[in-house]
Amino acid sequence: MTISNIWVFAQAADGDVTTGTLELLTKARSLGGTVSAVVGGDASAVAATLGEYGATRVYATGDLGGALPGAAVASALAAVIDGGDRPDLIMFPQNYEGRDVMARLSVKLDRTVITNNTDVSVDGGSVTVTTPVFGGNTLVATTFSGEGPFLAAFRPKSFAAEAAGGGAAEVVAAPVPDLGSTGGATVTAVHVEESTGPKLDEADVVVSGGRGLGEAEKFSMVDDLAQALKGAAGASRAIVDAGWVPYSMQVGQTGKVVKPNVYIAAGISGATQHMVGMKGSKHIIAINKDAEAPIFGVADLGIVGDVHKVLPKLLEALQGRG
Amino acid sequence: MKVIVCVKQIPDPALPGELDPSTNTLKREGKLILDESDSYGVEMALQLVDAAGGGEVALVSMAPNGEVSGLRTALAMGAAQGVLVSDPELAGSDALTTAKVLAAAVQRLGGADLVLAGTESSDGYTGTVPEQMAEVLGLPSVTFAKSVAVDGGSLKVNRQTEAGYDEVTCPLPAVVSVTAGVVEPRYPSFKGIMAAKSKPVDTVTAGDLGVTPTGWAAAGQQITSVTQAPSREAGEVIEDDGEAHVKIVEFLEGLKVI
Repeated sequence: MTISNIWVFAQAADGDVTTGTLELLTKARSLGGTVSAVVGGDASAVAATLGEYGATRVYATGDLGGALPGAAVASALAAVIDGGDRPDLIMFPQNYEGRDVMARLSVKLDRTVITNNTDVSVDGGSVTVTTPVFGGNTLVATTFSGEGPFLAAFRPKSFAAEAAGGGAAEVVAAPVPDLGSTGGATVTAVHVEESTGPKLDEADVVVSGGRGLGEAEKFSMVDDLAQALKGAAGASRAIVDAGWVPYSMQVGQTGKVVKPNVYIAAGISGATQHMVGMKGSKHIIAINKDAEAPIFGVADLGIVGDVHKVLPKLLEALQGRG
Repeated sequence: MKVIVCVKQIPDPALPGELDPSTNTLKREGKLILDESDSYGVEMALQLVDAAGGGEVALVSMAPNGEVSGLRTALAMGAAQGVLVSDPELAGSDALTTAKVLAAAVQRLGGADLVLAGTESSDGYTGTVPEQMAEVLGLPSVTFAKSVAVDGGSLKVNRQTEAGYDEVTCPLPAVVSVTAGVVEPRYPSFKGIMAAKSKPVDTVTAGDLGVTPTGWAAAGQQITSVTQAPSREAGEVIEDDGEAHVKIVEFLEGLKVI
């Protein structure tokens, strides 16, 4: 047996295929065999891009009418598999939709799931995934046993995205069957947080604030610095949980993974779950009162000092340059 | 209103985690405490039952060695009873098996109007068990809830998204996973702690629930290696003498960021 048929759960935002999807498609291609994309929604606008990145086919449920994707997409996929089209491996992004669809499908197919992966390799008919644990210091390689489809979810930015130049993927309808008692969860309104400047997970420069800022109002120093450097502002989980800033700014294991050119951590101690989200930054600057803060273990430039003194002076110096 | 909350009892996250070298899975021998993510679920359940004018909050948990200390914490907060599934055959269970076990425990309690859970555990981070439970129980679900309100026979949920939040409606009964910070968990009162000691905890095995344990062998996954990741080295660390900001400016200039 070889791995010859891989599905990738694909997503689009504002009509464009997400970078995360392109990363998974690129990796799937490298594993050999055919790659198909799976879309919860209408695929006509994205079939060309999906094809460019290696998908020869895309299964599309059609518009979900506001239904949460978990039960709907999992049921549609189970129906395709029951109909005889069985993939060896299904790759999901490690985000809300990906996790929910994968979870429901795992029950329907009675298959295990492995999440938080950063790599995958294939050897004949066997698939091995790699997961970082303990804040990324230890790597665990796990091989799926038994038969497929193997279900695996991958952290964002685990792979590079590269176009292959293929033609548009063939769209195959995968309608959502009657969901019975599992249906009914429906989105009635969408609220998007207003933000100016580059997106947090795409910015070249990220300035993040943590508990060391002392109080919610002081986050404005982080905002101002991010703006001065034309970057994005981020936050530690501690201040998101405290309600100082919205979750969309959270960097870390359960927030966004960022890999900017420069990451400035202000008043952040460097809990392992935060480090998971920013360790891949090219250059890290940390400012913290505590010389023992774990963040200094990964900073290229560490300043042991009070953010309330350092940040205003830094801002003034930058603004003075004009 | 009846709400069942899934609670996990985990090794204290303040202590460094350790892998058992013979199985390469997380050691769970020491003290286990209530996962902080689940304290939000327990608090939310207590508030919803209160808002509904009465009812009961019950707990389900799967833990080794008959561990109940985390359950007692949740009972001290105000939950009425719990089912603990403890069975050496369940060691090494994957998320799917855990979901089947917890779903069976929910059914042993006679089901509920609402099943609550955290979005992922603070030791495993798999993040699929609540949704898997919903599928096993044949229920609709809403994950990543920032706020939950009951409106007649359905829920109004604000669901966290990467860009903000969505308003979602969902019929009851349902499974909901709640984010950290969704409510402020109450500290158990002394009276609550004393009362918790005599609240019923039904301890059962997988067999009692009619679930076939898969344990290590049949979990569908096998850990093949554990290695140290290449670690990032620390760079220059200096103390602020009032001029540290100049160093930062120079660093940024060197990178041509400014």
